[in-house]
Amino acid sequence: MELTDHLFRHEAGRMVAVLTRIFGVHNLALAEDVVQDAFCRALEVWSFRGVPENPSAWLMTAAKNRALDLMRREKTARTYEPELSRWLQSEWTLASELQEMFADNAIRDDQLRMMFSCCHPRLPEEAQVMLILNILCGFGVNEVASAFVTTYTAVEKRIPRAKKVLAGSNKLFDTHAPADFSARLPAVQRALYLLFNEGYHGASVEFAVRAELCDEAMRLTKLLLEHSLGAIPSSYALSALMCLNRARLPARVDASGKLNSLFDQDRSLWDKELIDEGLQLLNLSAEGAELTEYHVEAGIAAVHASATTMQSTDWQEIVSLYDTLMTIRPTPIVALNRAIAIGQRDGAECGLQELRAISDPDRLAKYPFYYAAFGEFELQNGRAENAIRHFEIALKLARSPMERQFFENRILGCQQ
Amino acid sequence: MSDFTFLYRGRDTNASPEQMQKTMEKWRTWFKQLGEQGHLKDIGHPLEHSGKVVRGKQKSVTDGPFAEAKDVVGGFTLIQARDLEQAAELSKGCPILEAGGSVEVRPIQAINM
Repeated sequence: MELTDHLFRHEAGRMVAVLTRIFGVHNLALAEDVVQDAFCRALEVWSFRGVPENPSAWLMTAAKNRALDLMRREKTARTYEPELSRWLQSEWTLASELQEMFADNAIRDDQLRMMFSCCHPRLPEEAQVMLILNILCGFGVNEVASAFVTTYTAVEKRIPRAKKVLAGSNKLFDTHAPADFSARLPAVQRALYLLFNEGYHGASVEFAVRAELCDEAMRLTKLLLEHSLGAIPSSYALSALMCLNRARLPARVDASGKLNSLFDQDRSLWDKELIDEGLQLLNLSAEGAELTEYHVEAGIAAVHASATTMQSTDWQEIVSLYDTLMTIRPTPIVALNRAIAIGQRDGAECGLQELRAISDPDRLAKYPFYYAAFGEFELQNGRAENAIRHFEIALKLARSPMERQFFENRILGCQQ
Repeated sequence: MSDFTFLYRGRDTNASPEQMQKTMEKWRTWFKQLGEQGHLKDIGHPLEHSGKVVRGKQKSVTDGPFAEAKDVVGGFTLIQARDLEQAAELSKGCPILEAGGSVEVRPIQAINM
C-alpha cells in the first residue's frame, strides 16, 4: 500500500491536537513527544513490514498506547486535566474514555480548539501563523523557516517562545462557548488568511512549498466551515477567496519557480473545478449585513477568475471593489492595487496619476512591486527609459531570486 | 553467494513528520531494490530501542542496552552477496546513513569452509 502525500504531517496535527486535549495544554510538550515517538515507530516498523491497511488508525493507536503507558507510569508525577485525573483512578474508565476521545468527530473538534488556542491575543500575528504551521500542520522548524524565508535560528527561537505562551494559558480554548468563539473567530480567520498569503504572495522559491501553504490554509478553513459557529458568511468568503486564488497559482508560479504576472499567465492552467467551488462558496457568503475584506477580495478574485483574457476583465467592477476595500482596510498595498486597476480601466496615464496620489507612499518604499507598477505604466506609454529606471529600483528591492528574475525579465522586455 | 547481516544503528528523533515519511519511503525503495537484485535473504526486523541485558554467572538482569542512542542496534537484515566488499557496497544505499547512522556489515560464519 502507498501512503498519500503528507500523511505524516497531517496526522501529526491531528494527533497533537487530541493529545493536548487529553493531557491539558500545559503538557503540550508531552503530547508532542508522544506523537514524535509514534512516528519513529511507524518509520521503523513500516519500513520493514510495509504500510498497514489503515495507516492513520495505526498511528493513532500507537500514540494512544504510548499515552496510556506514560499516564500509568507518571500518574503521580504529573498533573493532568481534572477529568482525566478522575479517569486515571480506574483503569477501565481510562481505556474506554480514551477510546471516545480518539473518535473522528472529537479529533475534528480538537483541531479547531487548537487552532483557536494558537491565535492567543498575547501572540503577534506572525507567531500565531508559525504555531499553526508547526502544531496543526506538522511543519518542522526547518520547514517553517523555509516557508517564511527566514533562518532556522529565528524560527527555533520564536516557536518555543510562542509555545510557552500557549502552554501558560492553562486551558485550551473552549469552542463551545458561543461568545468566546465569535470574539476570537476574526483572529483565527486572519491567521488562516495570512497563512494562505504566505503561500500565494510569499517569497518562497519552491512552487511545492507555496502550494502546500495554500492547501494547509484551505484545509483548516474547511474545519471552520464544519463548525456551526464557524460557518458564517465571512468564513465562506475567506474560503472562496482561497479557492479562487489557489486555482490560479499554477499559472502564477510555474514548476521552475518562475513568477508570471497576470498579463502573461497561461489561463488554461487555471483549475476550473476550484474556480467553480470558489464561486459557490462566494454565493454562500452573500448573506447577512456584514461585508468583510474577505468578501471583497473574493469578489476581486472572482472577477479575475471569470475573465477569459486580460482584456476582457471587468476592470470597472474591480476598481469599485477596491474602492470598497479601501474603506474596510485602507493599506498602501490595497491603494497600490487600486491604482493598477484604474490604470487598466482608464489607461496608463491615469494609472500613473493614481500611483502618485497614493497617500503615505513611504510605507511602500521597500516594496518592489510599487516601482514595478510605475515601470509597467511607463512602458505602456512608450517611455522605455523611464520604465527601466523603475524596474531597476524594483530589482534592487527584490526579496527572492524568483522576484529578481521576474524584474530582470521586465528590464529585458523594455529593451526590446 | 555468501550470507551477511546488516545491523542498523542510529535514529533521528528530531526529524519532522514530512522528513520521516520521506525516509520511510526511501527504506521501502531500498529494500525493494535489494529484493529485485536477489540480495534480500530475509528483510529481518526492526527492534525496540529498550530491553533487558542479562549478564554473567550471576545472571544479573539490567534494563538496557545502555548505549548512546546512536549506538543502539535498531534492526537487522539478512543479505546475500558475492563477498564482503559487495555487501558493504550494497549497504551504502541504506537511508540510515543520511541521518548520520551506520550500517555494520558482518559475514555470517559458513558451515562449509
